[in-house]
Amino acid sequence: MELAAEILIAALMVISGVFGLIGSFGLLKLPDLMTRLHAPTKATTLGVGGVLIASMIHFAIFADHISFHELLITLFLLLTAPITAHFIAKSHIHREVRADELPPPAGGAAWGCFERTGDGRRIEVPGERQG
Amino acid sequence: MLRRLFPHPYLTVVLTAVWVMLMNEVSLGYIVFGFLLGTIVPLLTAAYWPDRPTIRRPVRFGLYILLVLWDIVMANITVARIILFLPRSQLRPAWITVPTVLRTPEAITMLAGTITMTPGTVTSDIATDGRSLLVHCLHAPDPDAVRDGIKNRYERRLKEIFE
Repeated sequence: MELAAEILIAALMVISGVFGLIGSFGLLKLPDLMTRLHAPTKATTLGVGGVLIASMIHFAIFADHISFHELLITLFLLLTAPITAHFIAKSHIHREVRADELPPPAGGAAWGCFERTGDGRRIEVPGERQG
Repeated sequence: MLRRLFPHPYLTVVLTAVWVMLMNEVSLGYIVFGFLLGTIVPLLTAAYWPDRPTIRRPVRFGLYILLVLWDIVMANITVARIILFLPRSQLRPAWITVPTVLRTPEAITMLAGTITMTPGTVTSDIATDGRSLLVHCLHAPDPDAVRDGIKNRYERRLKEIFE
């Protein structure tokens, strides 16, 4: 039983290590910011998840108590990763992307990044490329 | 009265559970203190979150979370394969517009978060009228298929759960 658990924990940690490495390699290999954003939001999720599951199994079998911290880490990770990605993408759009490079939204509205204020003025963002 | 004391009952339950898990031990003291936090925090933040989210089908909500967790695992494998094996010249990144029929802010947030966590897509912006999401795809030779996939797999379920 303990041997099986050890093998399982070791396998999970190797898998998560591999995915963490691939995610970091993706940062190096992919060509621009938007594609690079995909590597840390995806590949590393499984990387962290594997370590957390391994940790839960370890504490349940070898330390005789169930640890909830791993579930919380998973929860906070799943809550914060999309928000971080969204912020990075939005600041990238503000700085580097013009409105005509994006497909238009349905129904004649504008994308939030290119929203104009009530008097028709573009909301200025420091360092922004003028479109 | 009860509604004024607990403006967000789900949030109260979640905060209590999170506090107990954070302490890593189930005991009456932690549950009571967690419940106190779960009462005070929603009261303080209610001004910024006036509406209560309605979850019409809690069982389906649970199933949806399992589906998304499974998709996250698959997404990791898909993205890992693209990073490792796809030559850079064959990579087809694309911006796509996903029109959405969801109207409640909580449902749209869930959809946007789900899109970001699943295969090769990141939600980047929302239209000023809240009816379209701007999604960036890592590798999308067929952007329309990605859009239809999102609408069929996630949006339809969220519509049933929240609206």
